[in-house]
Amino acid sequence: MHAFANPARFLKLARPLTLWLGWLGALAVAGALLDGLLLAPRDYLQGDSVRIMYVHVPAAWLGMGGWAGLATASLMQLVWRHPIAAVAARAIAVPGAVFTAICLATGSLWGRPTWGTWWQWDGRMTSMLVLLFLYIGWIALAEAERERGGEGRVAAIFGLVGAVNLPVIHYSVLWWRSLHQGQSIGLTGTSIDGSMLWPLLGSAIGFTLLFAAIVLMRMRAALARQKVETRLRRMAA
Amino acid sequence: MTHWPFVAAAYAIALVGTLALVAASYAAMRRAEKDVDALRNER
Repeated sequence: MHAFANPARFLKLARPLTLWLGWLGALAVAGALLDGLLLAPRDYLQGDSVRIMYVHVPAAWLGMGGWAGLATASLMQLVWRHPIAAVAARAIAVPGAVFTAICLATGSLWGRPTWGTWWQWDGRMTSMLVLLFLYIGWIALAEAERERGGEGRVAAIFGLVGAVNLPVIHYSVLWWRSLHQGQSIGLTGTSIDGSMLWPLLGSAIGFTLLFAAIVLMRMRAALARQKVETRLRRMAA
Repeated sequence: MTHWPFVAAAYAIALVGTLALVAASYAAMRRAEKDVDALRNER
């Protein structure tokens, strides 16, 4: 990671990687979603509404994975003062918030035909909503700190503290009675049939690659803006 | 109750949200990198 503390070295890798991740992600998402919509079987209990899983689960994974990435970048910023870490955290925040919102919206659309309700204040849904509020709070805090010329250390501390919500989301279906189903995929196995598992994995991998491409594009934009600001300041001096 | 309108709405939200993110991020990156090139050419 320390090798990429140099923005020039980071950009040399990020430029070709953005293109590859973007196209591979788009192809994987298109293939997996077509498979999920047209080829994967309906669920014997949930019917066709189970197909919402192929967009809902990757969105949930990226909402949570995004905050895990933001917390890791925050730690690197606070401990090693890694110059790219703050840029990475800022680049992750908006896509993370958008995928959390997509997870909540698609979950609501899945809940209506399956449970008969759009929303339930249970552990999983409420902790996911808290994650969305954490993202919004983090974005506002980081922006306010940037406008004041700060280094983003307060936002980094907030990023680390907010990570406490991640195990709450993960274990919420075990800790509290919930309408939400329990864990279907674990480290040792899965209860999902292969005909549904493959499009789900394809979709999760595809959306993850797209998320990575989006983060790289946002990091490149932030580094370019920093460069312009520094040059303009130098020219004015 | 047919489930397809719910499925269609969920896919539309996911795809529109993702495409909007990709388009906004790409446009911001192109704009910022063009500004760097313009400044480099000015020198």
